[in-house]
Amino acid sequence: MLRWIRQQLGFDPPHQSDTRTVYVANRFPQHGHYIPQRFADNRIISSKYTIWNFVPKNLFEQFRRIANFYFLIIFLVQLMIDTPTSPVTSGLPLFFVITVTAIKQGYEDWLRYKADNEVNGAPVFVVRSGSLVQTKSKNIRVGDIVRVAKDETFPADLALLSSDRADGTCHITTASLDGETNLKTHFSVAETLVFYIKTLPCLVCAKILMPHPSFSVFMLLFAFVRSLGQENLLLRGARLKNTKEIFGVAIYTGMESKMALNYKCKSQKRSAVEKSMNTFLLIYLGILLFEAILSTILKYAWQAEDKWDEPFYNQETEQERNSSPILKFISDFLAFLVLYNFIIPISLYVTVEMQKFMGSFFIGWDLDLYHEESDQKAQVNTSDLNEELGQVEYVFTDKTGTLTENEMHFRECSINGVKYREVNGKLAPEGMTDDSPDGSIINNDGIGDELLFLQAVSLCHTVQISYDQPDCLVGGGDPFAHANGFSSSHMEYYASSPDEKALVEAVKRCGYVRSKVSASLSFSRYKLLHLLEFDADRRRMSVILQTPSGLRTLVVACRHFSPEEYIDVEKHLNAARTALQQREERLQEAFAYIERDLQLLGATGVEDKLQDKVQETIEALRLAGIKVWVLTGDKHETAVSVSLSCGHFHRTMNILELLLELLLVVLLVPVPIHQLSGSVLLSLFSRIKEDHVIQHGLVVDGASLSLALREHEKLFMEVCKNCSAVLCCRMAPLQKAKVVRLLKTSPEKPITLAIGDGANDVSMIQEAHVGIGIMGKEGRQAVRNSDYAIARFKFLAKLLLVHGHFYYIRIATLVQYFFYKNVCFITPQFLYQFFCLFSQQTLYDSVYLTLYNICFTSLPILVYSLFEQLVHPHVLQNKPALYRDISKNSLLSFRTFLYWTLLGFLHAFIFFFGSYILMGEDTMLMGNGQMFGNWTFGTLVFTVMVITVTLKLALETNFWTWMNHFVTWGSIAFYFIFSLFYGGIIWPFLHSQDMYFVFVQLLSSGSVWFAIIIIIITCLFPDVVKKVFYRHLQPTSTQKSQVTWGGGAERTREDFHLLYCQSYPTLPVVLV
Amino acid sequence: MGKEGGCGQNKTMVKQEQELANRPDNTAFTQQRLPAWQPMLSAGIVIPGFVIIGLAFIGIGVALFITSKNIQVMEMDYTGFEPDSDCFKCSNPEEKNCVCQLDFNISSRFEGPVFFYYGLSNYFQNYRRYGVSKDDAQLSGDLDNFKSPSDTCSPYDTDGIKPIVPCGSIANSMFNDTFLLYREVNGTNELVPLDGKGIAWWTDYNVKYRNPNVTPLKEAFEGTVKPLFWPRPAYELDTSDPNNNGFINQDFLVWMRRAALPDFRKLYRRIAQGDYARGLPAGNYSLKIAYNYPVLSFQGRKKVVFSNVSWMGGRNDFLGIAYLVIGSMCVFMSIVMLIVYAKFKFPEED
Repeated sequence: MLRWIRQQLGFDPPHQSDTRTVYVANRFPQHGHYIPQRFADNRIISSKYTIWNFVPKNLFEQFRRIANFYFLIIFLVQLMIDTPTSPVTSGLPLFFVITVTAIKQGYEDWLRYKADNEVNGAPVFVVRSGSLVQTKSKNIRVGDIVRVAKDETFPADLALLSSDRADGTCHITTASLDGETNLKTHFSVAETLVFYIKTLPCLVCAKILMPHPSFSVFMLLFAFVRSLGQENLLLRGARLKNTKEIFGVAIYTGMESKMALNYKCKSQKRSAVEKSMNTFLLIYLGILLFEAILSTILKYAWQAEDKWDEPFYNQETEQERNSSPILKFISDFLAFLVLYNFIIPISLYVTVEMQKFMGSFFIGWDLDLYHEESDQKAQVNTSDLNEELGQVEYVFTDKTGTLTENEMHFRECSINGVKYREVNGKLAPEGMTDDSPDGSIINNDGIGDELLFLQAVSLCHTVQISYDQPDCLVGGGDPFAHANGFSSSHMEYYASSPDEKALVEAVKRCGYVRSKVSASLSFSRYKLLHLLEFDADRRRMSVILQTPSGLRTLVVACRHFSPEEYIDVEKHLNAARTALQQREERLQEAFAYIERDLQLLGATGVEDKLQDKVQETIEALRLAGIKVWVLTGDKHETAVSVSLSCGHFHRTMNILELLLELLLVVLLVPVPIHQLSGSVLLSLFSRIKEDHVIQHGLVVDGASLSLALREHEKLFMEVCKNCSAVLCCRMAPLQKAKVVRLLKTSPEKPITLAIGDGANDVSMIQEAHVGIGIMGKEGRQAVRNSDYAIARFKFLAKLLLVHGHFYYIRIATLVQYFFYKNVCFITPQFLYQFFCLFSQQTLYDSVYLTLYNICFTSLPILVYSLFEQLVHPHVLQNKPALYRDISKNSLLSFRTFLYWTLLGFLHAFIFFFGSYILMGEDTMLMGNGQMFGNWTFGTLVFTVMVITVTLKLALETNFWTWMNHFVTWGSIAFYFIFSLFYGGIIWPFLHSQDMYFVFVQLLSSGSVWFAIIIIIITCLFPDVVKKVFYRHLQPTSTQKSQVTWGGGAERTREDFHLLYCQSYPTLPVVLV
Repeated sequence: MGKEGGCGQNKTMVKQEQELANRPDNTAFTQQRLPAWQPMLSAGIVIPGFVIIGLAFIGIGVALFITSKNIQVMEMDYTGFEPDSDCFKCSNPEEKNCVCQLDFNISSRFEGPVFFYYGLSNYFQNYRRYGVSKDDAQLSGDLDNFKSPSDTCSPYDTDGIKPIVPCGSIANSMFNDTFLLYREVNGTNELVPLDGKGIAWWTDYNVKYRNPNVTPLKEAFEGTVKPLFWPRPAYELDTSDPNNNGFINQDFLVWMRRAALPDFRKLYRRIAQGDYARGLPAGNYSLKIAYNYPVLSFQGRKKVVFSNVSWMGGRNDFLGIAYLVIGSMCVFMSIVMLIVYAKFKFPEED
């Protein structure tokens, strides 16, 4: 029972056995026993809650948060023991906070639920009892045979049984899964592909055995002989293309499909502000405990004498007298804890949450972060890290697609040592002018090599062709159909990698030229025998073709196979492909076996343009004190040239190199290589130390980086920190993440930001404190896994310098202010204990205690934290150095925290003792000679406090929109109106009517008005003086720029235009 | 998720439609360009501001101080702590129905209306257990709560058998010294009339506290006992005025409004009748005190205070002084700032 509950609440994953047996079309064996397995249905549930588990589950999640749990405890204490305040005082704010959070989470979950419903209710066709039935997506069961038509998405993970094509293949695009827009060919299971008739799938009787769903779906076993590979599987979420219809058997449904499994893993990142917030909370918890213990001790010191503890007018009950002293002591301590508990700002978390949630809209709304050409606006995936954007110290950026456009254009190639350029769609050897007759490379000696080269380039790729006419399927029933379609001009290429596409397009363009010379190339058909997929470790791919054969990446080479050789090769490959165990390793071996003895054909050059304003952006980041590291997979010459052209490296920089080749050169000396890298590092380090004037740039490659990290981590870090620019080339994806982690965990714990556009940047994006995805051409993997996504690298400047700055000052002031206002709130109550024998008498009425944080002082700070701007955005963007003012979490440093806390205490003392001296012994404040009581005293303190605390925020506010005015003055007005109303009525359901007419009586005294004014002014006076002196004696650059902006608004606007109109005549060109 | 599927061959066609969908609105709100007032706390604004505020405060301070100084206050301790005082004999708690006398002299006319207070010190009316020890429902005349007082009143909820009305510590400990003021006129003592009306808050007397709707009032208290400490039951607190009995007895109301601090005064009577409405003439006076209330057990003190009031209430030097101090500080700081400003003015930005 308990287990069932836990399952329903989602704590336990559902029970799993080791293998699952799927009976195709759910035809179970007629005889012999089998145990029916229960599989998840095809319902996708991305919502966390159901209607009936929402309350318990959401409550459980919320009370895992330490502050909420703390208030729950306080609330329970109030329920259990006799405490000075009613449980309502902490119960109501807690309820409020919990409700607001629950509504927000519930709403988000409802959106997910709606989206789920749409997916689950989508119509699908399933073979049931021999005929095709339409049903809802959620009704698909494991084993069902599903029909999917063209351009539909697969409703579950399917094993492809047959398609309408004779060869049983189909094309799919996985754009919505991994963002790759190319068409992929998938194959039917060999035994079933012949059964393409509509009624047929019911004839299929098979059993699929497979391990339970895991992240590697690629290891499935067909019952007897067949091993199902990736190419037989159609993953949920992918879309069928270029194929009329397919039949597949559902093997993983619903939450067990790969898409659903992959959704779950996303770790929570916490910002530096949140960490300091928690530290401050602990400090305040310390203060609270200290005050409670001190009060308890003082109470007992006082009560040692009977005349204080039990004067004749205040006798104890029998029960009180007889209870045990220890119990009394504990309950007194708890009572004090309850009395002072408001020093922990209960609504801090909920306000921060609302601020982040609402504030993050500004990023998406920003027109400056909107990219016109691609019609993409900035996207916020998590609002938890807004303020972290203002704290970045290191930026790790990918190169291709991030700094560059990732728009590949074939530029030149080298064949047999001769360099060719593409000029007006023709390939011309270097030095030959465009107008030479034919502009061609007709050179009878070289023609064979060139032909081979172009063949290789045009054949070795995964580019798919899609025609405009939807039904014109590539190579319908033709087995020799691998696409190199020079035959149609209405083609569009789909490729997983942009440089493949660029090459194929270039060859196509050149192909027309070539066709005059050699018709054989254009119209030959090739049968694709094997495709050796590209992967990042091998850095190459190959195809084996029936006629010629080839290889290509950047270097193009080929190998001729004799028939005998081919048979051998095929054997190897097939063995590896169908291997049941360690298939990947064996494939590697087979690939290595094939890809040897290659004959070099030539090399291609593809150009990738730098993105707009990369140079300015990097310069701005550098001025802002941010160190920029470029991490790229490119080789070091390319990387350095990009670095130079994008301003990452300057010409004046002293460039230090730590490269494996260099290490190997020195390796002639018989020293172990790891020691060597150490000594090289040492020498680099000494060079840095020698020369302070010049800026240093460091180039390091992946191999030497891992060496350096393994053996000399500290030394390497030391070198890196002293370099103003670091370039890491030849990096594998995981290495990128490793570098980020290294910096992140170094003693200074700098805040890191990683920005990239491709799947290979995902690990780095997830590792860094802030991950930014570029919405580029390499799919949406990076965007999906990022915290923020922008369309262009140049937007990073505004995102950090303006939005980051705004969010940081907003949230930092918010946090400090919350602690301040709660110190102000509760310290008078603490002081009052010294005047009431530590009897836990509250100073304020319960309603005031309850509403202080949720009504009287909540809105101004929320509005402040949404709209505050210390400096105009243009100034922030023009003066990146202002970013340094807020670096290292400076507004939440211990010093500022101390300042705010002490200010809170100071104000609290002024409120309390101001009122104390005023009423003190002689409380005749009314013109009719009548006297005030204790509630009037507390209300006076409270009134002064609400006004002062609100005005203190007004002093902090630099940017007064109408909303700030409205909530600031509105809050004070609301307090007065509410108090008049609250005190003006005998509340039938309240136990005591202590506050009846207290507020009116208070305000009817002239002295009180004068006292309120003088106390408020006294509180704010030192603060104003301090601000003025700091502004004039020690102005921060932020304050200076406020003057500039305030003084010469028009002029600065002109400057701004000037700066942005500066043109950069040289558009750097990058060759890869 | 649908978006990616769309960007295929007909990308250009869809583009314009999408542009409308994705382009953020260009409004002042979304672009964070809302018109805003951006004040800066710079010397240029603060210095004149401080001068104005400072001067205004000094003016107010002087006015308040003078007003306060014009208020006459006379305070006399009658605890009987010193053996030579007349009330010393009464300070012994064994002594019952003790009456003592306090003679004093007013040298110059005490301007009217004069307010007569009693004061207690070291008396913690703000003790929590004490403060909650009352039953508001009972005090608003709810007869149900006559029979079963709220348990917050404990240990003064019942005498063991019958419920106590009014219950609770506060009511029980009601101050019960009484005073008669005599003025010596031509060798004989003339009673100065004391007005016990209007000493409690109007709302307390008329709204918050109510006697049960039973006449005579005595019947409502059937089956209850008076508070242990009281000499008379609630319905007989003022034998001379039937409207000043029960829960709306003004002395009772004054007592029930708990003092905020351990040293407090409570209004006892106003001297506003007859010739004395204009004040107490100079001369010799004697105060006859029915000394009932014990305070020495907790080192308390009792005193009587005569005071007149202005619009700002009683004598209160603090406000005037505070205004003067803050006002001069404002002026002083503005001078300091002026010097600093002249010396360290910002260099104009580039």
